[in-house]
Amino acid sequence: MAKSISILIVDDEASVRDSLNNWFIEDGYQVACAADAKEALSLLESKSFDIVLADIKMPGMDGLEMHRRIKVLNKEAIVIIMTAFASVDTAVQALKDGAYDYVTKPFDPDDLSHLIRNATKHISLKTENEALRNKVVSLENVEDIIGVSEPMMKVFKEIESVAQSNSSVIITGESGTGKELIARAIHFNSPRKYFSLVSVHCGALTESLLESELFGHEKGAFTGAMFNRKGRFEMADGGTIFLDEIATISTKMQVELLRVLETKSFVRVGGNKEIKSDFRVICATNKNLKKMVENGTFREDLFYRLNVVNINVPPLRERVEDIPLLVNYFIKKYCNAMSRDIVTVDPAAMKRIEEFEFPGNVRELENMIERAIVIGNGKEIRLKDLPLGKEIVYNSAESLEDLEKRHIQFILNKYNWNISRAAKVLSIDRVTLYNKIKKYDLKSETE
Amino acid sequence: MKKQQIIFYIKGQFEPDCLQRLSQEVSITFNRQVLIRNLDLDLEPFYDFKRRQYDAHKILYWLDTNEDNENDKKIALVSVDLYISILTFLFGQAIFNGNTGIVSNYRLRNEQYGLAPDSKLTFLRFKKVIIHELGHMFGLVHCQVPTCVMRSSTYVEDIDQKKSQFCSICSPKIDSEPASV
Repeated sequence: MAKSISILIVDDEASVRDSLNNWFIEDGYQVACAADAKEALSLLESKSFDIVLADIKMPGMDGLEMHRRIKVLNKEAIVIIMTAFASVDTAVQALKDGAYDYVTKPFDPDDLSHLIRNATKHISLKTENEALRNKVVSLENVEDIIGVSEPMMKVFKEIESVAQSNSSVIITGESGTGKELIARAIHFNSPRKYFSLVSVHCGALTESLLESELFGHEKGAFTGAMFNRKGRFEMADGGTIFLDEIATISTKMQVELLRVLETKSFVRVGGNKEIKSDFRVICATNKNLKKMVENGTFREDLFYRLNVVNINVPPLRERVEDIPLLVNYFIKKYCNAMSRDIVTVDPAAMKRIEEFEFPGNVRELENMIERAIVIGNGKEIRLKDLPLGKEIVYNSAESLEDLEKRHIQFILNKYNWNISRAAKVLSIDRVTLYNKIKKYDLKSETE
Repeated sequence: MKKQQIIFYIKGQFEPDCLQRLSQEVSITFNRQVLIRNLDLDLEPFYDFKRRQYDAHKILYWLDTNEDNENDKKIALVSVDLYISILTFLFGQAIFNGNTGIVSNYRLRNEQYGLAPDSKLTFLRFKKVIIHELGHMFGLVHCQVPTCVMRSSTYVEDIDQKKSQFCSICSPKIDSEPASV
């Protein structure tokens, strides 16, 4: 798109012309320069330009007069006025006369970038081919999502149908099911794929850090903040923001988020300038948000704002037929990464893998295969290379409490709820074990 | 036929081993030798007291006209805050399809944004900006692929979003760059 757009720079200062010329050439535009209005008008008589970036104060003819003449010569041209602070009033007059925008020298590189991008968007929108926009596309960039099972085919269909729209999406599913991969697939199959997919792991950040991370901060907002910092919403302009573990955000952040989603604008921490950003939001959670709404821990209005489309990623135990495919995929992935020959899987080992419940889902299976390749004989994954039945491959996303609960349950089951033996293995006394059983509400499987 | 070399002209303070590692990694990326030299230049005349920054444009053209090795790609690596007349700051600049560039690590450090120092991240950002500017010197324009090193970056957060490699569209253009005599 950028290559077909032509820009004419009009400024009497050679250093300004040189700098802008260099800047736009690096962006792939066709650039021409003129030192004054006369030269610019003469160029415009022989050639049309998509964008004219002109200084408002020049000897011979001022920018306002030049703007009027440009419009006579090239009605379609987008004219952007460059001005110093002192001449903002004149720039406003130019806007009233039909100039596209104005920019105050010196510019923040990001402002200049935005301005030109918006102008090119404006041009391309004019010429956009409706048929091309509506054409049916097949899914791309989904190589990392492995599955042929019915539940996964349903997910693929949902990705395909939602990708082309701008709707908010909530991806639900247990830990380790690959929710982020689904978000990536939606983004890279959407018209936003040429802009960034910005991920935020909400659960990993405190409220104040999350605020600064999402909205950015202004120079001097707090001690040590010497320069402006761009927030994630700003970085996602034109693209997609992926908010993982959305259920963990505080009530205050829920309010802030709702406001940003409604207005698509925000203010950086410590700032007062409203910043607009055109992003699409995709969230993920392993919690039941509807239940949280009923409990009053998640705002109902935010839930409905986010939950325009819901994609549920099935747990691995509900798509057992995908396990051999996934095993082969991870074998290839890790053998290549470790520069080893591709190993095979002993049929008995594969059978055990297929029988396992995988509470940590695909992530747990992936960890298991990686481990088996590391400790294995380099030719074949054998039953003894798998930790199944000997120890649990824990899901790394779980909290310490969850891990403790699962480990105690595992040991108790292993020793048929013989409290003395389980306490000995766990290296804790019986009273502590009873307290833990009570705390976690653990029950024998035979009950 | 002698393949063009890349020469780092150094001015300022950098982490120990940083330049050596940078030269090795840039050498692999562009498949040509990278030399490190000191930039024998007093930067004071390039300082703007009003803006409290250094004029990148002037330093760039000084390097272009005053240093030898006309056929090599020369890039100044500095640790001061840079500007050009129309922009409030910049991370780096290069003469498009030319032989000269300049990059500063001044605004790449987390400390400038009130965050905890992270020397690994600063190194990675510095490497990306150097490769980006060298890319322009080899005739590459900004790329639309979000992870390509030639993606335009106006904030450090933008730099963090991209990788230090060229995408599959930009990469062949660098590989096919002819060797100079």
